[in-house]
Amino acid sequence: MELLYASCVGLLVSCGVFLILRSRTFPVVLGLTMFSYAVNLFLFSSGRLSLNQAAVLGYSSDYADPLPQAFVLTAIVIGFAMTAFVVILAIRGRADLGNDHVDGQVNDKTKDNNHQKSHHKNKKVKV
Amino acid sequence: MMQNLTFLPVLLPMLAGVILLMPRLGRNISSRRIVSVALSIITFLASLALLLKTQAEGSQVYAIGDWSAPFGIVLVADPLSTLLVCLTSLLGIACTLYASAGDDEKGSYFHPLVHFLILGVNGAFLTGDAFNLFVFFEVLLIASYSLLMHGGDKRNTRAALQYVIMNLVGSAVFLIALGILYGVLGTLNMADMAQQVASLQGDDVYLAKIGGLLLLVVFALKGALLPLHLWLPNTYATAMPVVAALFAIMTKVGVYSMMRVYTLIFGDEAGELSHMAQTWLWWLALATIAMGALGILASKDLSKLIANLVIVSVGTLVALIAMQTIEASSAAIYYLVHSTLVTAALFILADLIGRQRGDVADHIIAGPPVLQPRLLGFCFLIAAVAVIGMPPLSGFIAKVWLLKATLNAQYTVVFWPLYLLASLAVLIAVSKAGSTVFWHHHGKATDSVEENLVHPAQLAALIILVSAAPLMSVFAGPLSEYAIGAATQLHDFNNNIKIILSGEL
Repeated sequence: MELLYASCVGLLVSCGVFLILRSRTFPVVLGLTMFSYAVNLFLFSSGRLSLNQAAVLGYSSDYADPLPQAFVLTAIVIGFAMTAFVVILAIRGRADLGNDHVDGQVNDKTKDNNHQKSHHKNKKVKV
Repeated sequence: MMQNLTFLPVLLPMLAGVILLMPRLGRNISSRRIVSVALSIITFLASLALLLKTQAEGSQVYAIGDWSAPFGIVLVADPLSTLLVCLTSLLGIACTLYASAGDDEKGSYFHPLVHFLILGVNGAFLTGDAFNLFVFFEVLLIASYSLLMHGGDKRNTRAALQYVIMNLVGSAVFLIALGILYGVLGTLNMADMAQQVASLQGDDVYLAKIGGLLLLVVFALKGALLPLHLWLPNTYATAMPVVAALFAIMTKVGVYSMMRVYTLIFGDEAGELSHMAQTWLWWLALATIAMGALGILASKDLSKLIANLVIVSVGTLVALIAMQTIEASSAAIYYLVHSTLVTAALFILADLIGRQRGDVADHIIAGPPVLQPRLLGFCFLIAAVAVIGMPPLSGFIAKVWLLKATLNAQYTVVFWPLYLLASLAVLIAVSKAGSTVFWHHHGKATDSVEENLVHPAQLAALIILVSAAPLMSVFAGPLSEYAIGAATQLHDFNNNIKIILSGEL
């Protein structure tokens, strides 16, 4: 169970980080959401993983740590509010800046690529 | 009532925010202004009362909901945190006053948001629980996101988007750090954490170290320490100046958290982990000072210049924290109060100067003369002398004190030249800016004279902030005694633990 849980968190974090590093706002927002899911799962596991244990005293012979569950609940609520805010901000950025790039300006990567490609072609032709 | 005094600096701004959202006040702008300023004055008085009470009776511990530490959340009012709470509330008064002259109409809900921001900052200063610190961080951040957008244009949206994304990543890292630390230590009460850290063994030591250093990343992001400072100049320069003045306290929240975490939890008594972040803090702080100084020299307008001054002040503070001595910490406390008030005053001054110069705004180039050169020039002179650190104002005292405090440190050879060179850069840049703005002018003054004269409310806010520098040097004696007392208590490990964990007060 620990291995499955840990790799799940790890996968979410790596996807999240990859998406956050993208240049457009939509993938970044998705990345932030994934990252916060991963964080919530991680925080939950800090009270140790266990099966069939109630978080309330007296309901089972052993009990789970209730504090991380409270942390996760708080973190989920805050993360939800923040995600809502960043979505609205991204939409406003799209309207204000005329594009959906985090930097507010389109850096002409596609153009550069085309340029490079044509450059390569030229080289090949020369060769 | 007196028993609950510790909670009032957190509770009052929250009530103020809610009251200001009520329908009648929501519509009528002038009554909203009066109520907002009045409420921020009440918050300040409550903070002052708390400060006097902690002076008279020693540190106060308030268990929220009467759940005693380490299980419940506690608020700890010791000399350091109450001083900073007073500072925040004072800044709150100045900003609500200043905005009442018209800035609050440029967007919606300015006043409630300011009070919510103060709620978050005061809470972050007072709390004795690491997870609660995260919650208050989020409160102040979400208020700051909205304030940053207040009355903004397109430039603003871009800066806000980057600021929000940076801080969301920061919050996620904060949670990971807290998760690791809770998993290892089994508690998030700061005093209890400090006790548990020393008894860690084996792999847990490294896990705790990872957690502690992740916290450093978060605080460095909030406090704008190199290399995580890049968001600051843009954010502060595009925010409305009154908002930027209020933000002057926000970097200090990060610095304050470092102070708490790396002197209390990972301080002298932390066994294998004692002073684990010290080297990092020290070199990063020096690099921050250097970058800030370069930024100051390269700034083309006043607000950017002041934003870079904030970076230098953060670097200086963190260098002092990295020393981990009582003397350095007390110098840091005095410097913190001084630099917050002076940078806030400068942000406001830059706004007033910019308004009176028409299209030239606050660019550091020759332009139309300001309408009230005597008033603004005099205020600018005071603030500039203070920020440069020339006698006789507070900046000089802070500078001498921190140079003296660093005299016996390991790397004085590096710190002194770097810091003095940075001061020289500040001196050159600020005096150049001042002389260009006030003396090199051409053309006629702007037409709309009436509108752009300093409004009485703005003047009051300006006087509150600018008078801080002379007052801090007049009352340097009592203030420095207070700072030394606060620093002594900050470093007094056993006393802190005893006060917080005993809980029955």
